[in-house]
Amino acid sequence: MKALVPIKRVVDYNVRIRVKGDGTGVDLNGVKMSVNPFDEIANEAALKLKEAGVISEVVVVTIGTAKAEDQLRSELARGADRGIHVVTDEEIQPLQAARILAELVKRENADVVIAGKQAIDDDNNQTPQMLATLLDWPQATFASDIKIDGGKATVQREIDAGAETLEVDLPAVISADLRLNEPRFIKLPDIMKAKRKPLDKVELSEFDIDVPKLEVVSTSNPPAREPGRMVKSVEELVAALKDKGLV
Amino acid sequence: MAKILIVAETLGGELHPTTGKAVACAAQIGGEIDIAVFTEAKGAAADAAAKLDGVSKVLQVSNAENGAIRAATLAPQVVALAEGYTHILAANTTTGKDIMPRVAALLGVPQVTDIMAVHGEREFDRPIYAGNAVNRVKAPGDFTLVGTVRTASFGNVAESGSAAVEDASVSADLPAHTRLVGQETGGGDRPDLQTAAKVVSGGRGVGSAENFSVIFSLADKIGAGCGASRAAVDSGFVPNDMQVGQTGKIIAPDLYVAVGISGAIQHLAGIKDAGTIVAINTDENAPIFEVADLGLVGDLFKVCPELEAAL
Ligand SMILES: Cc1cc2nc3c(=O)[nH]c(=O)nc-3n(C[C@H](O)[C@H](O)[C@H](O)COP(=O)(O)OP(=O)(O)OC[C@H]3O[C@@H](n4cnc5c(N)ncnc54)[C@H](O)[C@@H]3O)c2cc1C
Ligand SMILES: Cc1cc2nc3c(=O)[nH]c(=O)nc-3n(C[C@H](O)[C@H](O)[C@H](O)COP(=O)(O)OP(=O)(O)OC[C@H]3O[C@@H](n4cnc5c(N)ncnc54)[C@H](O)[C@@H]3O)c2cc1C
Repeated sequence: MKALVPIKRVVDYNVRIRVKGDGTGVDLNGVKMSVNPFDEIANEAALKLKEAGVISEVVVVTIGTAKAEDQLRSELARGADRGIHVVTDEEIQPLQAARILAELVKRENADVVIAGKQAIDDDNNQTPQMLATLLDWPQATFASDIKIDGGKATVQREIDAGAETLEVDLPAVISADLRLNEPRFIKLPDIMKAKRKPLDKVELSEFDIDVPKLEVVSTSNPPAREPGRMVKSVEELVAALKDKGLV
Repeated sequence: MAKILIVAETLGGELHPTTGKAVACAAQIGGEIDIAVFTEAKGAAADAAAKLDGVSKVLQVSNAENGAIRAATLAPQVVALAEGYTHILAANTTTGKDIMPRVAALLGVPQVTDIMAVHGEREFDRPIYAGNAVNRVKAPGDFTLVGTVRTASFGNVAESGSAAVEDASVSADLPAHTRLVGQETGGGDRPDLQTAAKVVSGGRGVGSAENFSVIFSLADKIGAGCGASRAAVDSGFVPNDMQVGQTGKIIAPDLYVAVGISGAIQHLAGIKDAGTIVAINTDENAPIFEVADLGLVGDLFKVCPELEAAL
C-alpha cells in the first residue's frame, strides 16, 4: 500500500508574524520557515503505519518554491522514502493544490493520502477535502486515530461536539489533527541520509490548474484590543466585572 | 441580487445555534436567504430554522442517509440544490469545514474559509496566521461563492420569523464508501461553547482532571460554558471538544475567564473577539496578561473559590 503525504512549507508556528506596512501581505523576509505542524503529524502517522507493515512506501510531496526542498528533506529524514517537489513561485490556492495532488495520486497509484488538516499560514482547511472530491474518494478529516485493515480505514475524528468514528473504504484521504500522534525527532545521521533519498522535481506546467481563483485585495492587522489593567484582589475584580455589567 | 443558500448545521436532528450566525452573515451580504436542512426525520430542525429572522424559505431534505451527517453524502445533496443560488454558506464548524470544500470542489470553485466581515456581495475579510493578520479577499467573476462563516464574528439573529418550510427531494447518487460507526458527544448541561455569552477556561495550571472541578464550579455559578487550552486537553484533564484556539474552537463570548493558561498565540487565536478577557495566573509575566482586560496574579486554587463566593 502506497501513501502520499502532502507537506507545506510555512512560517514556523513560534514566529510572531508582521503585516507589511503597504498591506501587500505578511513579511516573510528572514523569517524561520518550517514544515506545517499538521503535516509532520501526517507523515508520522504514515511512518507508523509503515512500521506496522500496513503501508509499504511513503511518498512526501510539496508544491512550493525551490526552498521548500528543505522541508521535503526534513520529512525524508523523518523517514519517508521518496519526495516529489512541484516547483513554483506562483501563488497556489487550495483547489489548485488539490488538482495537482490528484494528478500525482493517479501517477503514483497511491492508495491513501494522509495530509495535515490545515496549513497554519492560510488556515484554509480545504485542500484534503477538495482532493478527496476530485478523486471521488471518501475523506476522514481531523483524525485523532487511524486504523487500516482489510481495505478499510477506521478513523476517529475530532468534531465540535466531541469525537466520532468513521469507516471509509480505501482509497481515501485522511487529514491529521493534533492529537493523532507526536512526531518523532529527526536525528542528525538521518538528515545526512535523507540527502541521498530520491527526490523528483516536477514542473508546474505539467498540471492543469486553470480554475477560478480568489484575489487578495489587501492584508491588514487584526483590530487591536484596548490595553487592559491589573487588579490587586478578588474584590477589585468582582467590582470591575459588575461595573461592566458582566456579572 | 444575491440569492443565498445556507447549509444548516444539525446535531442529533436538532438545529445547532451556529446556523443563526451564518444567517447573520448572509443578512449583511443582502438578498434572499434560504436554509437547507438535511435530517433523517422531518420536523424540529426545519421548524427552528424557519424561525430565524431574515430567512425566506427552508428547504427540508429528509432521507435515511441524513441520519448520519457525512461530507461525502451531504455535499452532493447541497450541490443538487445549488442551481440558481449565488452564494452557498455554512458556519465554520467542524461540520462546515468538512463539507463545504467538498461542495466547492464539486462546483469547481474556490472557497472563502472563515468569513469575518462582509465588504460587499463578493468581498470579505478572513483571518490568516491564526488571526494574526486579516486578508481581504475578492471573488472576481460570477462563479458560485462558497464560504464558511466565522461564528465568533457575527451575532445571533432573532427568532421571530416564520419562513415557509418546503420539502425538497434531491436526486443525487450518494456514495456508499463512508459509514458513521459511532459518536461520543460530551455536551452536558452547560451552555454551548461556540455561542455561550460567558466562558471559563482552564489550562495546564489546573493540574489534573479532578482539579478541573474548580473551573466547572465557577462556570456553573455564573452560567458559563467551559473551555480549555490544548495543554489541558492533551494532558487528559478534559475532552477535546473543550479546546479553545487556532485548532479548537474560535469563540467570542462577552466574558472570557482564562485560568492557569499562559496565553500562547494559538490559544489567543481562539479568543480575539471576546468582549472582556479576565486572566488568573500565578506568573505575572504570562503573555495572557498582555491581552487581558482584567488581570489578577494569584493562585487559581485560592482565587477561583473566592471569586465564586463573591459572585
Ligand atoms: C510562492 C507562494 C506565494 C503565495 N502567496 C500567497 C498570497 O499572497 N496570499 C495567500 O493567501 N496565499 C499565498 N500562498 C499560499 C497558497 O495560497 C496556499 O498554499 C494555498 O492557498 C493552500 O492553502 P492552505 O495552505 O491554507 O491549505 P489547507 O487547505 O489549509 O492545507 C491543508 C493541507 O493540504 C496540504 N497542502 C496544502 N498546500 C500544499 C502545498 N503547497 N504543498 C503540499 N501540500 C499542501 C498539506 O497537507 C496541508 O496541511 C502562496 C504560496 C506560495 C507557494
Ligand atoms: C499547530 C499548533 C496548534 C495549536 N493549537 C492550540 C489551540 O487550539 N489551543 C490551545 O490552547 N493551544 C494550542 N496549541 C498549544 C499552545 O502552543 C500552548 O502549548 C498551549 O496553549 C499551552 O496551554 P496552557 O496555557 O494551558 O499551558 P502552559 O503554557 O503550560 O501554561 C500554564 C499556565 O498556568 C499557570 N499556572 C500554573 N499553576 C497555576 C496556579 N496554581 N494558579 C494560576 N496559574 C497557574 C502558569 O503560570 C502558566 O502560565 C497549539 C500548538 C501548535 C503547535
